[in-house]
Amino acid sequence: MRARFESPIVLLGSRLLSPYIMLFGIYVIFHGHYSPGGGFQGGALLAASIILIRLSGGRIISRLQVQEFFTTPLAAIGVIVFFGTGIVAMLFGSYFMDYHALPFPGEMTPAELRYYGILVIEIGIGIAVMAILVMIYDHMVRGEDYA
Amino acid sequence: MKFVKYLILIAFAGLLIYGSLDLPDRGDPDAWLHQQESITGTEVAGNYFIRQAYIDANTPNMVTVVLGDYRSVDTLGEQVVVFAAGLICLLILRRYREI
Repeated sequence: MRARFESPIVLLGSRLLSPYIMLFGIYVIFHGHYSPGGGFQGGALLAASIILIRLSGGRIISRLQVQEFFTTPLAAIGVIVFFGTGIVAMLFGSYFMDYHALPFPGEMTPAELRYYGILVIEIGIGIAVMAILVMIYDHMVRGEDYA
Repeated sequence: MKFVKYLILIAFAGLLIYGSLDLPDRGDPDAWLHQQESITGTEVAGNYFIRQAYIDANTPNMVTVVLGDYRSVDTLGEQVVVFAAGLICLLILRRYREI
């Protein structure tokens, strides 16, 4: 077995790169109304930025960013955000997933309400995809991560 | 036998190219794909999406509107599939205590 040692170059490079990947992921989610993108792609980018820190820094450093027990509830929260948006729209007198009845504050036309409804479900998808990818990585390396 | 393989590949490629010669051009307004009514007299969904996507949801990217609004139940199913796949990975990869 080869010797293990810390590599400050890898950690510094990942620390430089990770926030920009995360920012780009958030941009992809929130700018999906105007350009190619959306929840799945943005969530994959967010997961890439988190897994990069986990790969380079190891368990102890990456625990400062996102805790391990935190990922599974976050995935469920993402699904619940999506499903709850549809249910809330149904409770306020519309069809399931027809967002023009969502109770957003302020006077808005049905088109604008649909705009914000799509934004909410994209955020839900992004959270769920990010949490699931990080969760799979965490369970794959558990017990073999010596950092 | 290699000769027969290549012959089958070339024949299949020729068949596909012959089939693609008859496809309509991209954005051709006369194609049946882009008509308001199909051959059987029903309304074509894609035409409605292109015309109404911005008016319905105030969003310039009509792919997002189709994915998030018109076919949002399909997207919910996709997300549940991803979630179920993650849970199955958790079940398989989790280390159980030895009894």
